[in-house]
Amino acid sequence: MTETEPIKRPFVLDTSQPIVEFDSVSIGFDGKSVLKDVNFSVAHAETRIILGPAGCGKSVLMKLANGLIEPDSGEIRIFGRALSSMTQGELFEMRAHIGMVFQESALFDSLDVEDNVAYRLQEEHVSPDEAHERVVQALQFVELEQAIDKFPSELSGGMRRRVSIARAIISSPDLILYDSPTGGLDPITSTTIIDLVVKQRDVSHTTCLLITHRLQDAFTMATHQYNQQKHSMEPIPNGGIDPSVKFLVLNEGKVVFDGETLELTHSTDPWLKAYLE
Amino acid sequence: MRFSPEIFAKNIVAAVQEYSLLCAHAVGDIFSRPRYLADTFIQMDSIGVGSLPIVVLTGFFTGCVLALQAAVSLKEFGAVNMTGRLVALSMIKELGPVLTGLMVSGRNASGMASELGSMKVTEQIDAMRALGTDPIRKLVAPRLVATIFMLFFLTIISDACGIAGGALVAVGMLRLNAGAFFHTGYMSLVRGDIVEGLTKPLFSGFIIATIGCYYGLRTTGGTRGVGRSTTQAVVASSVLIILMDFLVTQLMIGIFGR
Repeated sequence: MTETEPIKRPFVLDTSQPIVEFDSVSIGFDGKSVLKDVNFSVAHAETRIILGPAGCGKSVLMKLANGLIEPDSGEIRIFGRALSSMTQGELFEMRAHIGMVFQESALFDSLDVEDNVAYRLQEEHVSPDEAHERVVQALQFVELEQAIDKFPSELSGGMRRRVSIARAIISSPDLILYDSPTGGLDPITSTTIIDLVVKQRDVSHTTCLLITHRLQDAFTMATHQYNQQKHSMEPIPNGGIDPSVKFLVLNEGKVVFDGETLELTHSTDPWLKAYLE
Repeated sequence: MRFSPEIFAKNIVAAVQEYSLLCAHAVGDIFSRPRYLADTFIQMDSIGVGSLPIVVLTGFFTGCVLALQAAVSLKEFGAVNMTGRLVALSMIKELGPVLTGLMVSGRNASGMASELGSMKVTEQIDAMRALGTDPIRKLVAPRLVATIFMLFFLTIISDACGIAGGALVAVGMLRLNAGAFFHTGYMSLVRGDIVEGLTKPLFSGFIIATIGCYYGLRTTGGTRGVGRSTTQAVVASSVLIILMDFLVTQLMIGIFGR
């Protein structure tokens, strides 16, 4: 085990202010602008779905939100604190409050599933027994407890994505970032993953940002809820829409839509209509 | 794309800056908490114990060859009894540290570059940062400590094996007296020679770990990029070890006068 000190938790969650705020954020690589003047905010317990064509800067936006890269201009505030004012140490402390699911899962391939999921707990010096118990709980949540001893190379793409979700939620983060959790998966497995995301949202009411290329996943999240009695996802009665779900649509690095589900579906913007169709 | 000397120069300056920052960050992490002791011991085992066979064999056969070659040349001057002196001085001051550095570089700088490079291209480094862990503290600092520490002792082992190999050839093939071999070897060494021989692995260890990790962490371009980083790490660390050898030798001659 490591001789690490327990990670301090100086970030007090203030639910009255936005959890994520982008203020005129721009970034480019090799002289090419990727995000231009992006403004949006995500309130506590909100699910923000980020849509847009491939290469429009969605994953970059996600990495900016986690402080993994710095913007060229503009300000990003997470839990009310500007990332630019944080030291490297504070950034690492902040990330302990954020769960992130990567596009390709990004599991540590030399660690088994248990150690992957328990990674953050081990960093926080949680006792091995407690860590094991919490890993089992997290794996039960993603219905993958039978894979606890396996290595990532022995898992299918969908199973890896579920382990990645278990790793992201094990420390009960205040914000979860899903970077294309269904990307590259078949429709049935994608539905399983979205089922888990909805379950996580409705069970713990965690604020989350979710990138997806599949519009049906996005609208499933807006129109479905998790039934804790039946342990399954079901449509919201009477064609209802979850008010906590909001959309952000990007195109060529710019925000072309920021609003609620019905506003998106009733938008008259020609590009948006074409994109949604 | 057309070659631009300006962009080329800027890239070199940026790379040197990036490497210097990585080194400063890694050294700073050694002296501050949290420290990853378990990772450091794992790396010591991998780098030190894992490199033992090649270091022992390289040192031993270098000593053998050195004794053979030295005896041929010394015989012309009737000084074949000085073989032990030449083997001991050459092994301890020069060949032991440099060859051990190069062997460990070939084995471990490449290993570090490929391991960290694979982690980089599969987003595991980003995942580590996203999970609240500083990758330099977790991955680079343990490798740096482990390489410097273990290379120091590997060099001593290599020196000993080289002298043993030289003695075996001198006694077994050249029919020299074993006592005379070791005596002339021992008597020829002064404190400066030992200090020189044991200073070089400290620098070599630093070069191997930082170059291996630097090329690993800047890997881009998938599996081909990992291969490129691995090759670059071995080439760069080998060249820097030879350059460092020259500079340290020059410094030691300035300090000890030999």
